[in-house]
Amino acid sequence: MNTPVTWRPICALDEIVPDTGVAALLDGRQIAVFRMRADDRVYAIANRDPFSGANVLARGLVGDLQGERVVASPIYKQHFSLATGRCLEDPERNIDAYPARVSDGMVWVDAQPLRTYLPGARPRLDKARLVVVGNGMAGMRVVEELLDAAPDLYQIEVFGAETHGNYNRILLSPVLAGEKRSADIMLHPPAWYAERGIVFHAGDPAVAINRTRRIVRSKSGLETGYDRLLLATGSNPVVLPLPGRELAGVTTFRDLDDVDAMIAASAQRGQAVVIGGGLLGLEAAHGLARRGMQVTVVHLMDRLMERQLDAPAAALLKQKLESRGMTVHLNAQTEAILGEDRVSGIRLKDGTIIDASLVVMAVGIRPNVELAQACGLRCDRGVLVDDTMQTFDPRIYAVGECVQHRGRTYGLVDPLWGQAHVCATQLAERGHTRYRGSLLATQLKVAGIEVFSAGEFDASDGSDDLVMHDAQRGIYKRLVIRDNRVLGAVLYGDARDGAWYFELISEKRDIGAIRNRLLFGREFALRN
Amino acid sequence: MSAASLQSVAAAGGLATTCPYCGVGCGVRVDTRKLTVSGDVQHPANGGRLCVKGSALGETLGLDGRLLRPQRRVAESGPERWQALAWDDALSEIATRFARTIARHGPESVAFYVSGQLLTEDYYVANKLMKGYLGSANIDTNSRLCMSSAVAGHKRAFGEDLVPGCYEDFELADLVVLVGSNTAWCHPVLYQRIVAEKERRPELRVVVVDPRRTPTCDIADLHLPLAPGSDVPLFNGLLAWLATHGAADRDFIAAHTRDADAALAAAAETAGDLDALAVSCGLQRDRLETFFNLFAATDKVVTLFSQGVNQSGQGTDKVNAIINCHLYTGRIGKPGMGPFSMTGQPNAMGGREVGGLSNTLAAHLELGDPRQRALVQRFWNSPTVAETPGPKAVDLFEAVHDGRIKALWIMATNPVVSLPDADRVREALRRCDFVVVSDVVASTDTAQLAHLLLPALSWGEKDGTVTNSERVISRQRAFRAAPGEARPDWWALAEVGRRLGHEQAFDYAGPQQIFDEHARLSAFENGGERVFNLAGLAGMSDSEYDALAPIRWPVPAPGIGSERLFGDGRFPTEDGRAMFVPVTPVAPAHPLSEQFPFILNTGRIRDQWHTMTRTGVAPTLGAHLPEPYVDLHAADVLACGLREGGLARVTSRWGTLVARVRCSGEMRRGQVFVPIHWNDQFASDARVGALVNPVVDPVSGEPEFKHTPVRVDEFRAEWQGVLYARGEVDLQPFAWWAKVQAPDVQRYEFSGRGKLDDRSAWARSVLRLGVSAGDWIEYRDDASGIYHAAHFRDGRLQACLYVAPPDLLPARGWLAELFGRARLTERDRVGLLAGAPLGPVQDSGPLVCSCFRVGRNTIVQAIRERDLKSPKDVTACLRAGGNCGSCLPEIRGLLAECALVEAAP
Repeated sequence: MNTPVTWRPICALDEIVPDTGVAALLDGRQIAVFRMRADDRVYAIANRDPFSGANVLARGLVGDLQGERVVASPIYKQHFSLATGRCLEDPERNIDAYPARVSDGMVWVDAQPLRTYLPGARPRLDKARLVVVGNGMAGMRVVEELLDAAPDLYQIEVFGAETHGNYNRILLSPVLAGEKRSADIMLHPPAWYAERGIVFHAGDPAVAINRTRRIVRSKSGLETGYDRLLLATGSNPVVLPLPGRELAGVTTFRDLDDVDAMIAASAQRGQAVVIGGGLLGLEAAHGLARRGMQVTVVHLMDRLMERQLDAPAAALLKQKLESRGMTVHLNAQTEAILGEDRVSGIRLKDGTIIDASLVVMAVGIRPNVELAQACGLRCDRGVLVDDTMQTFDPRIYAVGECVQHRGRTYGLVDPLWGQAHVCATQLAERGHTRYRGSLLATQLKVAGIEVFSAGEFDASDGSDDLVMHDAQRGIYKRLVIRDNRVLGAVLYGDARDGAWYFELISEKRDIGAIRNRLLFGREFALRN
Repeated sequence: MSAASLQSVAAAGGLATTCPYCGVGCGVRVDTRKLTVSGDVQHPANGGRLCVKGSALGETLGLDGRLLRPQRRVAESGPERWQALAWDDALSEIATRFARTIARHGPESVAFYVSGQLLTEDYYVANKLMKGYLGSANIDTNSRLCMSSAVAGHKRAFGEDLVPGCYEDFELADLVVLVGSNTAWCHPVLYQRIVAEKERRPELRVVVVDPRRTPTCDIADLHLPLAPGSDVPLFNGLLAWLATHGAADRDFIAAHTRDADAALAAAAETAGDLDALAVSCGLQRDRLETFFNLFAATDKVVTLFSQGVNQSGQGTDKVNAIINCHLYTGRIGKPGMGPFSMTGQPNAMGGREVGGLSNTLAAHLELGDPRQRALVQRFWNSPTVAETPGPKAVDLFEAVHDGRIKALWIMATNPVVSLPDADRVREALRRCDFVVVSDVVASTDTAQLAHLLLPALSWGEKDGTVTNSERVISRQRAFRAAPGEARPDWWALAEVGRRLGHEQAFDYAGPQQIFDEHARLSAFENGGERVFNLAGLAGMSDSEYDALAPIRWPVPAPGIGSERLFGDGRFPTEDGRAMFVPVTPVAPAHPLSEQFPFILNTGRIRDQWHTMTRTGVAPTLGAHLPEPYVDLHAADVLACGLREGGLARVTSRWGTLVARVRCSGEMRRGQVFVPIHWNDQFASDARVGALVNPVVDPVSGEPEFKHTPVRVDEFRAEWQGVLYARGEVDLQPFAWWAKVQAPDVQRYEFSGRGKLDDRSAWARSVLRLGVSAGDWIEYRDDASGIYHAAHFRDGRLQACLYVAPPDLLPARGWLAELFGRARLTERDRVGLLAGAPLGPVQDSGPLVCSCFRVGRNTIVQAIRERDLKSPKDVTACLRAGGNCGSCLPEIRGLLAECALVEAAP
């Protein structure tokens, strides 16, 4: 055997406290040797932290990141894989790792560093092809993040149904209310795509996917091959199967076209009916009222915004809306939309007829899974994805309102950001983050009233309520607590501390010590 | 009072009058425009000092709660219970009912129960009407409860009820012995005089004899925490010691006393053995020796005794045990020495002088002496004079209870609160055919049982004289018009007398005429055998009476007051000799038992007076100790399963109360202390009188307030809280409550039981608000049992209510302050719900100095930050302690505490 013997004894295994490291000198190089408690395995990597230049990694905290054993540098906290020396945060700064083993109670380390395949940011000759189906906020957010993380990894093509560039859908309400113009809410104008070498097919939605051949076909008949496919088809507004739903003057509240239609209808003033007293419905109602229409909200449930508000807050909101001239019908089921060729009103199940020249249906959204289903991807209510946002087909990812993750679908913008981030890192081949679901928080202004809600607040056993009520100032706050953790929050009239409560809810922080001050704001609660 | 004389007395810094509280009898100057008060620099008792109660007199002048017209009870309960009637009808009804009762059942069937709060003139007319015209001696006074043992002791030793010394003696003494007296709190101005003298002359020794380590011990060189009731053995032991250590003044004993040998024999027999004595007194032997040596070696000794001595089943013997020691050493009647009885009330002495007790006649004349009876009858020219002593207070109400007394007139006192076995007193009044109550306030525990209520004059409206503990007669002057139909008590009494057909005898135009008659009676056929003689005060004109400067009796000739008595060794006994009274210890009537293992002691607190009818309305006075409490040793708190700050039920064979558990550190194990002040008007269940055993001293009839066997149990409450309300409150939902007066608002501490389902509705009903309470804010944490709510009207805070665990209830001072504001900010509103101000705040802590409203935290902070070393530094820094000085013991305590903390490693 010509192979020189390069294994060196380091120390007895017992001399290393489990789950910590020691520093050793190996042929003149500093190494860090770690012992894991779980299986008594040992690992050796270079002791030098490439970010700070200090020989400190032996003193770092060891742990597990998505199944990978890592040590965190005590200096700037970057993580290094114990097995491979890969730097999770920056592939440019990988460090050497050494084979290590235990024999007869002694720790041995091979002075020859491991030769492992470390995915770096090396440019590839042939770029992989990424096709994005859906030009909405979720899909484009993934593209943005992906370009940040790995600008040269993919050749990207985007198919979008709408003719516009990408816009901020949340801001449709201010556009309707006349507080913003549609130009104000554009996120990515067509030029943006061009500048980044993205091929953008506006107004040409994808209509079929051939997973075997890895081809997407668009409505115009264009066929594009992919290495990775991202589905971001979003959702469709629910249209109630009511007679008369096809009449002119009946619209949903989903996109810029809807908004344009509503603005046009409101030019004559007159009466409008909004079916649905949820978040979207009330925003539509507010917008139309601002445009001078006489608005009636028809809601199936016994309270407004039942997903976001509890009964007292919903009652306060109703009172407030009514005081501003809006009419609200609760427990009201629409039976028919009336009119000859244009809408003239609606009829409720109890026989009540409400005149209207505009009817807006804002009764919810449904994930758009048509395409996914057609190509044989597993779907339920939405496209099923795992924690990496990967669908049943490993080449296909999905994000946004079209997905169903851990049994849940989302209709708010906040979860999109998390999903997009995870998806982008996966696509960038730095897949160490996982999406674990989002806690929902709603913070909005309805008719100028600050409303915030997050977490669970439907009465359930074992949870306690903290409630404050100041009718004169129109303020209502409620926190739901269980086992000294905040489970949910409803704030009405003063939502200043919403973000803080959201933090407490999502981080499941123990609030035992500040429970009695919690409801009175962050500043007061955290004061000494 | 004429306008001219009013101006003359007002010239020197305000109108001069006398404080209506304790027996020190301080002179007060009133700014009649601003209604502020200050100490009268010219008054001999206080020389300008005032205590916190006196300083807060201005706060008690409001008319809230005053009784302003005569009322007749027409129903047993409810708001329509009382009906106003004219004075004329009320007086005629009294005259008719008393006359009819006497006609049917004899003069023994009617009675007066009067008070040391009355002026001498009121007292004189009451006594004259009862003893000379109704023909019975059924008049007794609440002074029976505080100093009748001193009266009896004085009479047994000196032949007449005489306090030999004066306050100046405390400053001339080299040893001051304070027995059964929390002088610092109960007689603060006298205490301050002693403190000032001790500062000037540190060699002045102070010994405190008291089972409790009271704030008075602050200046004590020696504290003897003797076992309750062991005063007789202690002073017998002292007498025996004096005899065996050559301290006797043989010449004095031989020339001026009798029965020294008998007293000495009794003393030697019962307390001659020092070791046994130490055991029976519960004291260490060396402490006893220290005290005895000190007493023996010091010539100038003043022994002050107060309720701890008097209020006892053997009170009179205790008084004589003390006097014996002074007689034995000849230390009496000379500057800086003598036994000194400190009375509790402003005019207990005046009452004694006119014969307000059922066993005396008038002007220190004796009921039992036919010659003296005849003398009084001759002077009064009355149809009769009572021949046999009437029942003493406790017996008097017993006679009411069993129906012997059928018509009763109670004046200026609150026996349902203050007498022992007070529930029985309540029952007695319920049974009584006709009860008249004269008072200044409409609602007292006693007034609720009256058939007729008569509106009396309050301090500032009354006009007359009072006598303090050092025999100084001072004027109480009126500076305000009588409100509503309130009238002087003497007038009401005289009117009844006139309606009974004695026009001439009760034809008084004003207090001056009554005082003149009183003075003339004291001089009438007084050849010098009666020391009490106001000859020099007889025949004054109205204006002379108005301008009367404080003067100490006897006053043999105009302008000639007196100083000490007995300086010549002559005593007003038949042979001119003082009497030693042999005394032997008697065990308390009701020993402790397994069922009732604690000794209940009662007494006053610093900032309240009697049953709080006046001091209870002064916000300043409610802050120091706001709630009724029971003070225990910390180990007993544990042993009884209590918690400091929690509630406890105290039970005796006679009754029960509920109070806050306190560990002041003053108590020895096995003893508990409850203040006497609280009653049904200020707390749900806090009348200590209901617990006190109806044991009385066989000689004086004074009740045993300092030794009742009791049990202390936890009072379980499921929730507690505090509420502030400007208006009426429904107290029914509370198992326990206590009311505290704050500026413009009442505070209620409360506890209760049972589940509160809809706290919001509950709170509105407690505050007597409708379902739509208007501007109403609330905070709920049902699982933690927390509920906060506040109610506003026009932006002004009207009420707020907090239910929470005790440590989470808001700082009271901060809340009270919010009620003073015209408008509250949004932050204040949120703060109200949070139960704490949102911004950074200073919680000044529990009030220590009532005069300048300085809290404990403020003082501690100043001591630490500015490195203060003495109470003087604290006063210089924060003013605290700079007025009445009654908080100085507490300040000294805080200094010591801080020093300890600093010294700790």
